[in-house]
Amino acid sequence: MRIGVVTFPGSLDDVDAARAVRLAGAEAVALWHADHDLRGVDAVVLPGGFSYGDYLRAGAIAARAPMMADVVDRARRGMPVLGICNGFQVLCEAGLLPGALTRNGHLHFRNRDQALRVERADTAWTNAYEPGQEVVVPVKNGEGRYVAAPADLDRLEGEGLVAVRYAGGNPNGSLRDIAGVSSADGRVVGLMPHPEHAVEDLTGPSTDGLGFFTSVLTAVVAA
Amino acid sequence: MSRVVVDVVLKPEISDPQGQAVLGALGRLGHDSVRSVRQGKHFVLEVDGTPDEAELREIAETLLANPVIEDVELHLPRG
Repeated sequence: MRIGVVTFPGSLDDVDAARAVRLAGAEAVALWHADHDLRGVDAVVLPGGFSYGDYLRAGAIAARAPMMADVVDRARRGMPVLGICNGFQVLCEAGLLPGALTRNGHLHFRNRDQALRVERADTAWTNAYEPGQEVVVPVKNGEGRYVAAPADLDRLEGEGLVAVRYAGGNPNGSLRDIAGVSSADGRVVGLMPHPEHAVEDLTGPSTDGLGFFTSVLTAVVAA
Repeated sequence: MSRVVVDVVLKPEISDPQGQAVLGALGRLGHDSVRSVRQGKHFVLEVDGTPDEAELREIAETLLANPVIEDVELHLPRG
């Protein structure tokens, strides 16, 4: 199993994401934003950071990078893609996920261990969890407030596209406590918190995040 | 060369915590008459030749603004 991790100028968490991929038992493949070569990967992770310095809007310029044209094309044909933090912002900007991420309601950067409730345990990236399971992973963002028009939020809830929700306090004012959403086919998932920082006891608040990376192994084999 | 201006603001239904912070500061400075502040972006584009309105609208609506959360106004030179 080969899982690509795309590095953009300003990505910070690509090394941690690749490490999480390896700990889950897959081969991590480094992908470069300016290339048009997915190097035969079975799935892709878009990591956290500040691609292009968050200029224009967070994730906006990265979403138009050459590599993203390939990622979008393959994702529309079912390749699993996980966007973490800045990667989630890139997926929304690229139109693969609904909604947008905006400046935190309290205007502060928020960095803490965060409880999440897994609302959907049937996506390519969350099938290792039980529905309703609570996990604790770090959250760290300044522009993580999930927004969409009220009618779109109702549609997301109705179609079951809210993948993970904040539990035990909303860190940034995200509407309806939404921490992460999925595509209709459950193959593309984006979330603001960082499961790749919760994969080892030595460095994380838990190892709860590893399930995101083991889930996709099951999803790719099943497809 | 012509000059094209694009203004981008958050849609009315999207809350603007930066604008609210500015409003709070104005209140503390005694400017009680200001009722609301919405913060946005102002782009100035220098364009070769006569601007192609359709192309500039595409630039404004697909890159400079995110139509999920922002409204955009295109100001072409009067010609």
